Amino acid sequence: MAGLQLEKRVKYKSSVKDPGTPGILRLREVMLLFVPEDPKSDSKLKVQTQNIKSQKSTKEGSNKPPWLNLTNKQGRSHIFEFENYQDMHACREFIAKALAKCEEEPKKLAVSTSAEQLSIADLELRFKLLRENSELQRLHKQFVESKVLTEDEFWATRKKLLGKDSIRKSKQQVGLKSMMVSGIKPSTDGRTNRVTFNLTPEIIFQIFAEKPAVRQAFINYVPSKMTEKDFWTKYFRAEYLYSTKNTAVAAAEAAEDEELAVFLKPDEILARETRQKIRRVDPTLDMEADQGDDYTHLMDHGIQRDGTSDIVEPHNDQFKRSLVQDLNRHAAVVLEGRSIDVESEDTRTVAEALMRVKQVSKADSEANQERLERISRVAGMEDLQAPQNFPLALLSIKDPRDYFESQQGNILNEPRGGGGLKRNIHEAYELLKASILEIKTEGLCDPLIKPEVALEVFSSLTRTISTAKNIIGKNPRESFLDRLPKPTKDQVLHHWTSIQELLRHFWSSYPITTTYLHTKVGKLKDAMSNTYSQLEAMKESVQSDLRHQVSLLVRPMQQALDAAFQHYEADLQRRTTKSVGGGGGERPNGYV
Amino acid sequence: MIFKIEDVTVYFPYENIYPEQYEYMVELKRALDAKGHCLLEMPTGTGKTIALLSLITSYRLSRPDSPIKLVYCTRTVHEMEKTLAELKVLHDYQVSQLGAQAKILAIGLSSRKNLCVNPKVLAAENRDSVDAACRKRTASWVRTLAAENKNVELCDYFENHDKAAENALLPPGVYTLEDLRMFGKNRGWCPYFLARHMVQFANVIVYSYQYLLDPKVAGIISKELQKESVVVFDEAHNIDNVCIEALSVSVRRVTLEGANRNLNKIRQEIDRFKATDAGRLRAEYNRLVEGLALRGDLSGTDQWLANPALPHDILKEAVPGNIRRAEHFVHVLRRLLQYLGGRLDTENVEKESPVNFVSSLNSQAGIEQKTLKFCYDRLHSLMLTLEITDTDEFLPIQTVCDFATLVGTYARGFSIIIEPYDERMPHIPDPILQLSCHDASLAIKPVFDRFQSVVITSGTLSPIDLYPRLLSFNPVVSRSFKMSMTRDCICPMVLTRGSDQLPVSTKFDMRSDPGVVRNYGKFLVEMVSIVPDGVVCFFVSYSYMDGIIATWSETGILKEIMQQKLVFIETQDVVETTLALDNYRRACDRGRGAVFFSVARGKVAEGIDFDRHYGRLVVMFGVPFQYTLSKILLARLEYLRDTFQIKEGDFLTFDALRQAAQCVGRVIRSKADYGMMIFADKRYSRHDKRSKLPGWILSHLRDAHLNLSTDMAIHIAREFLRKMAQPYDKAGTMGKKTLLTQEDLEKMAETGVQDMVY
Repeated sequence: MAGLQLEKRVKYKSSVKDPGTPGILRLREVMLLFVPEDPKSDSKLKVQTQNIKSQKSTKEGSNKPPWLNLTNKQGRSHIFEFENYQDMHACREFIAKALAKCEEEPKKLAVSTSAEQLSIADLELRFKLLRENSELQRLHKQFVESKVLTEDEFWATRKKLLGKDSIRKSKQQVGLKSMMVSGIKPSTDGRTNRVTFNLTPEIIFQIFAEKPAVRQAFINYVPSKMTEKDFWTKYFRAEYLYSTKNTAVAAAEAAEDEELAVFLKPDEILARETRQKIRRVDPTLDMEADQGDDYTHLMDHGIQRDGTSDIVEPHNDQFKRSLVQDLNRHAAVVLEGRSIDVESEDTRTVAEALMRVKQVSKADSEANQERLERISRVAGMEDLQAPQNFPLALLSIKDPRDYFESQQGNILNEPRGGGGLKRNIHEAYELLKASILEIKTEGLCDPLIKPEVALEVFSSLTRTISTAKNIIGKNPRESFLDRLPKPTKDQVLHHWTSIQELLRHFWSSYPITTTYLHTKVGKLKDAMSNTYSQLEAMKESVQSDLRHQVSLLVRPMQQALDAAFQHYEADLQRRTTKSVGGGGGERPNGYV
Repeated sequence: MIFKIEDVTVYFPYENIYPEQYEYMVELKRALDAKGHCLLEMPTGTGKTIALLSLITSYRLSRPDSPIKLVYCTRTVHEMEKTLAELKVLHDYQVSQLGAQAKILAIGLSSRKNLCVNPKVLAAENRDSVDAACRKRTASWVRTLAAENKNVELCDYFENHDKAAENALLPPGVYTLEDLRMFGKNRGWCPYFLARHMVQFANVIVYSYQYLLDPKVAGIISKELQKESVVVFDEAHNIDNVCIEALSVSVRRVTLEGANRNLNKIRQEIDRFKATDAGRLRAEYNRLVEGLALRGDLSGTDQWLANPALPHDILKEAVPGNIRRAEHFVHVLRRLLQYLGGRLDTENVEKESPVNFVSSLNSQAGIEQKTLKFCYDRLHSLMLTLEITDTDEFLPIQTVCDFATLVGTYARGFSIIIEPYDERMPHIPDPILQLSCHDASLAIKPVFDRFQSVVITSGTLSPIDLYPRLLSFNPVVSRSFKMSMTRDCICPMVLTRGSDQLPVSTKFDMRSDPGVVRNYGKFLVEMVSIVPDGVVCFFVSYSYMDGIIATWSETGILKEIMQQKLVFIETQDVVETTLALDNYRRACDRGRGAVFFSVARGKVAEGIDFDRHYGRLVVMFGVPFQYTLSKILLARLEYLRDTFQIKEGDFLTFDALRQAAQCVGRVIRSKADYGMMIFADKRYSRHDKRSKLPGWILSHLRDAHLNLSTDMAIHIAREFLRKMAQPYDKAGTMGKKTLLTQEDLEKMAETGVQDMVY
């Protein structure tokens, strides 16, 4: 089919109201090209097949013109008006085939993600996120626009934000209806004895899934031996024979008609599957093993007719199938769910796809493992066991402010040494008293120190102490950060987030396996040293009375950066020595 | 946890223990000390099995000089697997605490069908053909033949095992059937014969009841167990039925036809041997003259089901002269078959005592009682002489010989009942001659005599004084334990009326009433819409269940149920039922929820747990009475009345209620679990019926829940489920402890067990 191409004269409409631009529609397997007749027209269109989500067309026979409506994955629709229905059907089939082919290789497509392939929806989502979150926007501006990080790298660490939407997009697989197949009741027209069954693809799928023999018969007979309609007519004839419970009639009809007999006989494929499944069943409920161990009920041993055991009706009649069996089979199929992805109208495709699925059975060892795990899980008594969930604190740093608040205690303690808080206050008072005495005495003795200065020191000291006391005693929530002037505070917070962002990228780049990562790390390192110097500058610029505290706040940031630099240097050194030493050949992936 | 019960240090693999488990262990220990038998009833869901296993293994550890062996009997193979899984947990714990000295060898034992690893043998369809396929490759004469003829197929696994001989030993550990198969496959040894061989060395053997109770099987498997063994019958509420079944045999038309064919085949073989190897038949004759019916030194592979009569009843005499010659024996059997055929031709139901039967057999067919007695052994000897390996084809003649031996051996406790057709299907002629045992104590007597301690335990042994009478033994300990509840985690209810206030029941005159069927259906529809996860329904019989499902399907009720939950159903085909159960569990695991329809007295009710989310509600539709018109049941009731003065009505109610209790009892497994039990029949509201339920269910059955209609039951169920969803304190509240820790136990040891907190 590759290289095939289809050309039709069409009118392109961007909306239903649009009168349309006449032109030529070229269809290829990978894309669809519309070239308008008028070269000046700007309605030239190129649609990749993989972006097409669905297609709709007007019904033949309705008095509407033959329109084909393609919807792409972004929800935009392109309408083409054909000259006649034949053209339209040709195009429709072509696109359908191309679409089917596209879906077969979704993996290949997923790998090659580049910026151009980003759908508009994704971009919109990103813009929306940036708009809503100023902090994010600032970071984005700082790093992406300054080319420290690429767009993709920036968003790669925020998949969760984008992901929310993608989950919504991936449509959940629809299970099967819980209605029984045998529950399909025919509609009668009331006048004649004719009945009509309405078969939907869903019902057909269910019949095929529940009755492998019917599926097999379909593949064998349709269309070589009979038409699909005849096939279903036969099938429902057989079902009718079952429902009458008249096994004699069923046997007679089956003897005459071998195709009908297929439906009436016990399902051999099913029996084979059953034998396979019984081997993998959980041994704690394997009643078959039980029967294999029961020597009391050897033929005619044990008590036969005391009323505890039920009457066993002669079961050798092969044309008998019980409702109970059907129910069990049905529930099992519903439980298995829709195992195939084929959304086809074509019954044969469905049948074949189902057959393929059934042939691929789960690896035995895997199933065995799962089975054993289940037993060991069941064996223990849960509430007698010691509680398994140890108390653990979740590590989740949502807001950098939390971090600063937790540092607050350190800030207050450190200048005073490691002692308890109470003693610190006492000490402070002692010191204060001593200094007051000293100043008093020295001020009297030494005229060089002016009383104003002494007063200044005194007042500032008392203020510090009183605020410290205030923090400890009255409002533990109020952190030191809050007392910083607003611009400084914002600056600190911003630095913190940007350092976090940089570090996240930095550490995730190790081990460096590609040159791409190498350059990225280089860029990151530059950006980090930039930030480092900014931090230094900020420390210098703040008011002197706050400087100490600010430097305490900044210290962990700088330490983190230092560690990164250190690692960078060490790594660089190792690389150079290695490459000098001649070992710079190809290294296995992930090895630094 | 490790604690002391008197002088025994008990190693218990969990951090906590229920007080009733502790008490259970105390009682069990006393029984072991007294070297006597005991009867213990403890509710399901209180960890009976683990308590029992840890006490007995710990007891063994504390008495290293006289190690006791544990023989643990389960009803079914899947229960066996569960027990072994629990034992594994226990063993791991004990080894981690004590090191190598705690190591034991524990094996599960089953038939060839479940243990064989030879793919060619396994290809055979059922148990009997697997047995035969195995014999074809392992019988002594086949192996002799193979030494000369390379074309004779042998089983490599067996040959390897045989070569290793005495060295073929299992290292200590706990082996489930799967483990045995794996071990056998890896070593190339036959797991079946390895397990059989290890029976004498194992510290713990887990197998099914019949390996001890059915003389046919016990005769070959359990012959050599030492007296110092503790035998445990778990889930023993039906033990009387197992006992009587082990000694009952019946003969049908097909049996007789098959037996005739078998005799023809035997006849041909005899002629062939006469022509080719007459010495062999003569040797057999001489051996029989010397009085050896069977050589004692049969190799394991030549053994096959043992004598159906109990060991102490088998005569140690010479085989009577008239059946020593092979041809004569065949003639006797022919006459026996003819006589039985004549008896089956009856038009009326006949009931006879064995004594009468034997005497009329003697007068009409000329077969003496002593001859009958030896039938089984004589047949066995003949088949060995004729080197017959396809034993599965000779089952009919074996059945007839079993019958002859039993009828010749026992004069009391049995009756012979001949029915021309099944009472329930009089239009289908199906004559049957049944030798049915009425006395459950017969089969279990050798077990009580032989072993020092026999423990009979179950969740439902009420009334507990009945069992010693039925089984005629004197327990040193007989106790029924209550369940201490942390919260009211079970909620029994009696549903007597449908939503239209009409009574519901499965009483014979009401069961086919469409109103009752509809009310049952509507009730279930309502319930499945409010109960999460699994719902289990028990019906009184298969035929009733089939009928009600068909009606529900026609009236659309089934469809309504299926809108809420998937439906799985037990059938008489075990394979299908097993798969349905497996799927049911899977559906519950996925959170989809499901309904399982099952039958009281069926295979599922016997031993499948519906714990946790596998069962939040059990509904018992109707009272599972036995079919009271059954001739066998009537004969048994008569026997019980004459011998034990047990009234017929009492026994029937007792039997029905123990089945019902057994069905609903499967719903909880631990105190953290919860579930509702609904008895849907107006007859449960009557005191004489209800009072036969086990105490632990009765104590939760409130008076307000005794006479409910559908809507009231729905309301109560809603409230209950809401309550159960709340968090609670596992250790118990308000002074009553329902979960004991190590400290609690130590404290208790100081103050004495009397302070047991209930």
